[in-house]
Amino acid sequence: MTVPTPWVELRRFTAARVALGRAGHGLPTAAHLDFQEAHARARDAVHSTLDLDALEAALGLPAIRVASQAADRRGYLLRPDLGRRLHEADRARLPPAPGAFLFVVADGLSAIGVQSGAPALIAAAVPLLRRAGLAIAPVVLASQARVALGDEIGEAMGAAMVAVLIGERPGLSATDSLGLYLTLGPRRGRTDAERNCISNIRPGGLSPAAAAEKLLWLTGAALQLGATGVALKDEQPSGTLLP
Amino acid sequence: MGFAHAVGGTRYLFPDLRTLLARATPLRSGDVLAGVAAETAQERVAAQRALADLPLRHFLSEAVIPYEADEVTRLILDRHDAAAFAPVAHLTVGGFRDWLLAAEPEALAALRPGLTPEMAAGVSKIMRLQDLVAVAARCRVTSRFRNTLGLPGRLSLRLQPNDPVDDPRGVAAAILDGLLLGSGDAVIGVNPATDNLDTTIRLLELLDAVRDRYAIPTQSCVLAHVTTSLLAMERGAPVDLVFQSIGGTEGVNRSFGVTLSLLREAQEAALALGRGTVGTDCMYFETGQGSALSAEAHHGCDQQTIEARAYAVAREFAPLLVNSVVGFIGPEYLFDGKQITRAGLEDHFCGKLLGLPMGVDVCYTNHAEADQDDMDALLTLLGVAGVTYVMGVPGADDVMLAYQSTSFHDGLYLRAALGRKPAPEFEAWMERMGIEAASGAGQLPLAPALIGLQ
Repeated sequence: MTVPTPWVELRRFTAARVALGRAGHGLPTAAHLDFQEAHARARDAVHSTLDLDALEAALGLPAIRVASQAADRRGYLLRPDLGRRLHEADRARLPPAPGAFLFVVADGLSAIGVQSGAPALIAAAVPLLRRAGLAIAPVVLASQARVALGDEIGEAMGAAMVAVLIGERPGLSATDSLGLYLTLGPRRGRTDAERNCISNIRPGGLSPAAAAEKLLWLTGAALQLGATGVALKDEQPSGTLLP
Repeated sequence: MGFAHAVGGTRYLFPDLRTLLARATPLRSGDVLAGVAAETAQERVAAQRALADLPLRHFLSEAVIPYEADEVTRLILDRHDAAAFAPVAHLTVGGFRDWLLAAEPEALAALRPGLTPEMAAGVSKIMRLQDLVAVAARCRVTSRFRNTLGLPGRLSLRLQPNDPVDDPRGVAAAILDGLLLGSGDAVIGVNPATDNLDTTIRLLELLDAVRDRYAIPTQSCVLAHVTTSLLAMERGAPVDLVFQSIGGTEGVNRSFGVTLSLLREAQEAALALGRGTVGTDCMYFETGQGSALSAEAHHGCDQQTIEARAYAVAREFAPLLVNSVVGFIGPEYLFDGKQITRAGLEDHFCGKLLGLPMGVDVCYTNHAEADQDDMDALLTLLGVAGVTYVMGVPGADDVMLAYQSTSFHDGLYLRAALGRKPAPEFEAWMERMGIEAASGAGQLPLAPALIGLQ
C-alpha cells in the first residue's frame, strides 16, 4: 500500500519508525527487514569492546585502567553484581584524589558510543568544572563495568563526586548512546535514587557540549543542596523546547 | 515451621515459606542470581508438590517479609478481608488451582479482597501457561478516567511516543502516527528523556493540547517521578494520570524514591484536579520482576513473589493502568524468550486475579536472548488471556529507551486476530474521525497542522 504523502512527511520530525505503511495489519516487507537488520547490529554492539589505548590517547589526560569482577561478557550479562565490584588487584592502583571531581569511563552495554563520546564530553566538561573551582581526579577507565562500580572507585580515591560515563544498552536506532550518572559522595551501597542521570548523549541526541552544560548545572546544584538523586530536581531552564 | 517433600528417593526440606515459594518457581536467571532458585529440576518439583499441599490459610500466618520490617507486608495483612477469603479458606494451594480453573467471573471478582499477593504468586507457580491464560481471561477488571478500559471484547493500547531529546515535534509526530493506526485509548504516555520539571510541564501541555485539538476521549501522562508530577501539579500543569514505578517491598520502593504515604499524597493531588470525565482512576503504575533484587531489597524472596506484592501497593490506589515491563529489566532477571513469556503471563494473571487493570509491556532488550518471534508469541497469548492493554511504539522501536516493545501494527494485528475493539469511547471517536479509512486516502483525517506539524 502507498502511504499518503502527508503521513510520510511525519518522518521529518522524528527518527522514530513512523509512516511505515501497512500490508494488511502487518509491516510491509522492507520495513520488517529494516528492523531485523537493526536488531542484528544492536546484538553485535552488545559484544563490542573498548579500545583502551585509543581511548587514552583521545582523552589526553592521565588515566588508570581497572576492571570489574565480571570475567567476560556472558558473566557480565548474567551477574550484574560482579560488574559493580572492583577487581581486587586494581584497588591498589587507584591514586588518592580527596575532594576531587572524578570521571569514570565504563564500557557498559555498548562500547561504541563510549569510544568517541566520552573523550568529547570530558573535553567539554573539564574546563567548565575547573572554572567552577573543582579539582579533576585522574580519569578511570573501567572494563565490564556497571554504573555502581563508580561508587567503589570514588570511595577508594576519596572523590567528592563521581560522573560515570557508560555505554547505554544499544537500541535499534542507536548503538552509540552514552549515559552519565552523577553521584555526590560516592561510596558502596548508594542506590540509583541517589544519582542524577543524563542520557542519550550521542550524535543526533544530546551533544557532548550540551551534556557538559547540564553536568555543570547539576554539579553546582548538588554541591549547594548537599545531595544528588531524587532530592535534586533538574530545573535547568530547557529553552530548546518549542511551545 | 518448615516444609518437606520426597522426590526420587530424596527428601527435600524447605525451612520457611519464602524458601518454599522460591524453590517452587519455574527457572529464571534472576532467582539464580539471588541464590534462591532450586538447584535441580527434582528439587523444584518437590517444592511444587509441598506447595500444592500447603493450606492456603497458612499465608495469613507466615509473612515472607516480617510485618514489623516492611510497610508493604503491613499493607497486605491489614487490608486482608476474611469474609471474601471464606470461599477458598478450606483449600490447599493445589486445591485452589483446581478451584480457579473452574471458577466463574463473578466468583473470581468477589474473591479479590480475600487474596494476598503471595497466594496469587504461590498458585501461579504450579500453573502452566494455559492455566495462567484461562483463569486470567475470566478475570474482568474495568477502570475509568476519560474512557472505559477492560470491558469484554476490548483491547487497548498505550501510545508511547518517546523522543530521545523530548523534542515536542518528534513526540507529536509519533502520536499522530499512532492515532492513525488506532492506538492511544489506554493512555498517551511519554517517558521523558530526563526528569526535568520544566520539560515535564511542557510535555504535559503538549499532550493536553493534542488531546484537546483532536477531541480524543483518552488520557495523557508524562512518566516522570511522582515528586516531579507533584511539583508540576503545584504549578498548574494539566496532569491526568500520576505515574510511578513501584515494587513489592518497602526497600525497593525506597530505591525508587517513594513510600506509600507519598503515593497517597500524589493520588489526592491528582484527584483534586478532577480531570476525569467518566471516572476518577488517576494513577498509573509500572512494575517488573527483578527490581527488588536490583535494589538489594528482596529479603531472600523469589522475584515473582515480590512482583505480586507490588500489585498490593498498586491496588491500594485504584489505578487506571498497571503494567509489568516484563522484558525491560534485562537478561540477568529473565534470560531469554522462554523466561520472558512465562513471566509476562504470570504477572498478568496475578495482577488480574488481585483486581488490577493489567497491561503488559511485551518487550525485550538487545542484550537478552529474545527476538520478534518471541514477542509475537507472548503478545498473542496475552491477547487470548484478555490483557487490558499493551504498548504501541512506532515500528516497535523505542528510540529513547532503547528497547523493543510492541508496535501500533501489533495492536492492529491482535485486535483483528482476536476480534477485539478499542475502548468504546475511543472506538466511537475513531469512527467519527474516519481513522480506519485513513490508510489509503490522500488526505489524513487528523490534520498535522493542528498540532504544530507543518
